[in-house]
Order: sequence, then C-alpha cells, then structure tokens
Amino acid sequence: MKRLIQTLTETFSPSGYEGAIRDVIRKEVKPLAAELRVDALGNLIARKGTKGGKRIMIAGHMDEIGLIVNHVDENGFLRFTTIGGIRPHTLTGGRVRFMDGTPGVIGTDFSKDAGRLPAVDQCFIDIGATSAGDCPIKVGDVCAFERPFLDLGKRLVAKSMDDRIGCAVMIETMRALKSSPHEVYFVFSTQEEVGLRGAQTATFGLDPEIGISIDVTLTGDTPKARQMAVSLGRGPAIKIRDGGMLADPRVVDWMIRSAEKARLPYQREVLEGGTTDAKAMQVSRAGVPAGCISIPSRYVHSPSEMVDHDDVQNAVKLLTTMLSKPVEL
Amino acid sequence: MPAIGTPQLKLLEKLCNAVAVSGDEGEVRQIVLEEIKGHVEDIKVDALGNVLVTKKGTTAKRLRVMVSAHMDEVGFMLVADDGEGIYRFEPVGGLDIRQLVGKPIWVGREHTPGVIGARPIHLTTAEERKRKIPLDNLRIDLGPTGKAKLGDRATFATQFQRNGPVLIAKALDNRFGVVTLIELLKHAPPNIDLLAAFTVQEEVGLRGAKVAAHALNPDLAIAVDSTPAFDLPAWDDEPSSFYNTRLGLGPAIYIADGATLSDPRLVRHLTATGDAGKIPYQFRQPGGGGTDAGAIHRARAGIPSVSVSVPHRYAHTAALIARLDDWKNTLTLLHAALAHLTPSVLAGERA
Repeated sequence: MKRLIQTLTETFSPSGYEGAIRDVIRKEVKPLAAELRVDALGNLIARKGTKGGKRIMIAGHMDEIGLIVNHVDENGFLRFTTIGGIRPHTLTGGRVRFMDGTPGVIGTDFSKDAGRLPAVDQCFIDIGATSAGDCPIKVGDVCAFERPFLDLGKRLVAKSMDDRIGCAVMIETMRALKSSPHEVYFVFSTQEEVGLRGAQTATFGLDPEIGISIDVTLTGDTPKARQMAVSLGRGPAIKIRDGGMLADPRVVDWMIRSAEKARLPYQREVLEGGTTDAKAMQVSRAGVPAGCISIPSRYVHSPSEMVDHDDVQNAVKLLTTMLSKPVEL
Repeated sequence: MPAIGTPQLKLLEKLCNAVAVSGDEGEVRQIVLEEIKGHVEDIKVDALGNVLVTKKGTTAKRLRVMVSAHMDEVGFMLVADDGEGIYRFEPVGGLDIRQLVGKPIWVGREHTPGVIGARPIHLTTAEERKRKIPLDNLRIDLGPTGKAKLGDRATFATQFQRNGPVLIAKALDNRFGVVTLIELLKHAPPNIDLLAAFTVQEEVGLRGAKVAAHALNPDLAIAVDSTPAFDLPAWDDEPSSFYNTRLGLGPAIYIADGATLSDPRLVRHLTATGDAGKIPYQFRQPGGGGTDAGAIHRARAGIPSVSVSVPHRYAHTAALIARLDDWKNTLTLLHAALAHLTPSVLAGERA
C-alpha cells in the first residue's frame, strides 16, 4: 500500500486539472470496478457491488491545493494566486512543478521587515527563465508543490496526503471488498479544495441513499497544538461534526458499530474548522444521510502532510466491513 | 454575421440608462423582451425573473448551449425614511462606500432624481477630511417633493456617453453582455440549440443563474459579462502586475476566478477560435470574483462552463469607461465560437 500512496502523492493535479491523477487511479481501479465513467466536472466514478442494492456513495477527492500563474514579468518571473487554502508561510523556499513538468522555486520580494511573513502577492516563482520571451509558462498555467514521498516506517509524509490518502483507502477497499449487498459508487472527486464542487454535482448525478467521504482531519498531538482529541496512530476518526457538516447520527452509529464489532481502533472526531465532500453530499437534492471517515493528519495543507500507516490500513478495514454487510440506518 | 453598429449602440445606451438593481430588473427585462420579440418563439420569464429563450438549430447532433448575461446592476435600496425626502440606504451588490459621496442618483422606477449628499468642505475640519465617511452618515436626498418608498432601488444617475471609440456609462457591467446576447440570439448559428438566459440577481450571488441552469439543463455554458481593467500606469513607474485585464486587448477569457475553474476544453475552443479568425483576446488574470458560470457549472450533475468578458475600467462605480473595439471583438469571438461548436469539443474528458 505504501507504493500506491507514493504513486498517488507524487502525481501533480491541482483542483480543476485532475487529468493526471485520474489516469493513475483509473489504472488501479479498472480491474476492480463493474463500471467506470468520468462525468462533466471530471469526477471518476467506479461502481462495485450489487446492482439494485442500497446506493451508497463513497467520495474522496483527487485534487490538491496548488498555484496558478496570473502574471509573467519581463524577466520571466511568475506571479501567482492560490488554488485552494494555501497558507503563505508554507510558500517561501518551496518548490513547485507545472503540469508540463516544468519545475520552479518560490522566491519573495525584499522586505525591510524581516520578521513579517510575505503575502501571496509578494511571492513569485522562478523557473530559471531570463525573460518573458524564453519563459515556457503562461498566465493560467497551474502547478503543485514538489516534495517526494517520505517513508518514516510507521508514519508517512507527502504533499497531497490531503486527499490522496483518501483515494488510497478507497482503492484498497475496492480491492478488499469481495462482495457487497449495496450498489456502491466510489467517487474520486474533483475541485474539493475550491468548494466541494465535484462532489456536489456527482451527488446530484448519482442520487445516493447514503454518502460517506474519506478525507484527512487535523490532530491535536503535536507540541503546543490547538486542542483537538484526535491523534496519529489511534485509529481512523469517525466524524461527528466539522465546520460545514453535522454528520448523520445514524451514519456515525453505523461506523462505530462496525468498528467495535471488527475490533478496530477508532477515534471520535469533532473538528472546529474545515469540511469535506460529505457537506455537499448531505444537502444534495432532497437530502442525503452523510458522514465521514477521517485519516488523522499532521501539517495539513503544507508540503509535508503526515499520516500513520496503521490508521490508513484500519480505515480500509472499517470501510470494507461496513460495505460488506447490509445496513438499515 | 452580427455586428455592432448604430442600432446596437443605441440599445446599449438605452439599457445603460435604465435602472435594474438586483431584485428589481423589470425595466431592463422589458427592453430585452421587446428586442427579441419576433426573432425567437420560445420565451419564458421564470419565477425569479430570468428571461429564458430557446433558439433551436437545424443541423443534426446539436449541443445545447446556455449563454447567460445578467441584467441586474449594483445600486442601493432605501431602508429608512428620515423625513423631508431624506433616506437612509444600504448598498445592493459590491460597492465601495468611499465612492458614493456626492453622486447624483436615480430612485425607483420613475428615476426620481436625488443626490448622495455630504458635508461641504466649508464645514469640515482637515482632520475629518482624512477619514472615510461611514455608510451610517450618508443619506440620499430627494428634496421635499421627492416621493419614494422604503425598499425602492436606486442607482447612479449617469447618462451614457460615447466619444468615438470610447464608451462611458454606468452599468456597462453587464449591459454589454445583455446586448451581446441579444445579437447572438438574432444571429444564432444553426449548429447549436442556443439557450439564452438573461439572468437576475447576479450581483448579490449568482442567484438567477443557479435556477436558470437547473431549468435549462444544458450540455455546456458560457457566461458573458464585463470585468474590471486596472491597466493604469503605476505611480512609481513599476509596471503593475495586478491589472485583471487591459483595455484594447480584446475579450477576456477566464481560466480561473473565485467561483469557477473554467473547463479547459472550452478555454481551448475559445482560444482556437480566436487564433483561427485572428480575433484578439486576452486572459483575465486568474484571481477572485465570479460570474454566472460559478453557479451554472455546479448545477445538476455538472455543466462544463467558461466566461468571456468585455473589459472596462472603474467597475461598480458611477462611471465606467470601455473601448468599442473590445466589445465588437467579444461579439465576434463568441459568435465564431458558437458557430464552430460541435459535440467533439466535449468528446474527450475534462483535463
């Protein structure tokens, strides 16, 4: 599974430009799915299980945060704006890679106030061009952070663990799921980081009876962290609420029941800010009971997001257990 | 082929001088309905006040293409009567409060004249003049005979003016789009079903476009709008890197704004159309803001969408300035792009 996580996290696909990661995932799930399609917004939708069973949508987003060029100056430096929730302090000294493979580094304007963090519009990308004329990158080109996958043994670090780790959990669940009484749709969704846009339209199209997202959540287990009762290594987190969704208590109960029956570790998650595709699923059409299984992650939305390998594997087991048996909410 | 000539300029003038603040778009809607009457058969006004028009093509295998242009403009709503023709007001849509002072305005459907008054320089101190005047201290003054009702809309009393290639008016955002869409309807190419949506309440959150897209359920959508250009020479001789668009460079094609990541297939189709027809175009700088496309692409199971705007300076103020050629090239680009739209444009997956 580590190799899969490495492949997924080392692919570059910011929101709106998910073609590359979709091809990688499609290769993985093609032999596992009964039906595979791509919708208008680029969501990859894989069906598995029993046709006519309860329609359950599992969503994990393929896209990642990134940058988009909005100006090329006469010396070939690139000004940019953000795609998704980029925190400016994660930019300085970083490296990026454009969709055509062009690498670049991030520099900042000189400031007399050295202690002050540069704002996004005080940063630029340098791809080694010497003028606008010899710069192959144009206004509108997008890039993502360049950072190789790091295997620390029990802990894994990469850019875009948010939410390639969710994609990995879904792929491994599709592999582990021998049979299901449900009509399960695994949706590798697009444009989550800019407002759950892919999940919103995919949910409308599929009209599911239950929706579950698989995404990362924050932790409170680092030095002087913000208080939060989620830690790496204590199991997948079952979301009770986040900044955008109150999980359906019946879905929460289903998750907890399944975890306890299978003797899997789990944590209860209450997240103050942020949200997931489940928010969009819950309010689609006439409403959908929704919940989320979270992979605890440190340093979310930085180029080095860390997860625990056991948590990831237990999330696969939990989701597989849930989807293997009939359910009445 | 559609073109911008005297009748189109006259129509733009009439539309710019109309008052259609979000939620009360009747005056512009009436002009639109009169203009398209006789040219199209299937015309509906929906529950929110959108004008939805279907112009069917004639060839086989036609894409259903929604083109939207919002009819509403930013302005004000009267919210309290202080007596003697003096009213408190709230902005409708995104307005910079610093730019309101001293502006003549029109109130209500009768265009009752008034002014957003301020204390004159004679009676203010130097210290006071450094501070911005808060909205709470601003009033609309109609004079004692000026009759208005709470809830009436108001907007800047700016008469349309043209000086050769230069257009000056309020509400070019988005009467440019409205006239463009009327012309596209009158010259709709036969290879598509053109689903025209003259939308309401864009300036307060893309509300009309949201329901219009649900109702029309198109294969793809293009929002036609007008977008700021801040291409003035910088005061310190540093070239500005944040200009959004520039006047004179043609229609602005959107790659990304705050509400939409444009469908790359449609961006490619527009640029290929421009390149092939030698029609100038520019990219709007990726950044914030939004158009009707922000609501449309999220409708139903998802609708591939893109936006094209006519650039103008001084957006959302009393007087905007724009270039006639940018508008002409916008219409030319859009018409050519529609005329070359085939299902093959969407045959491949979104990148």
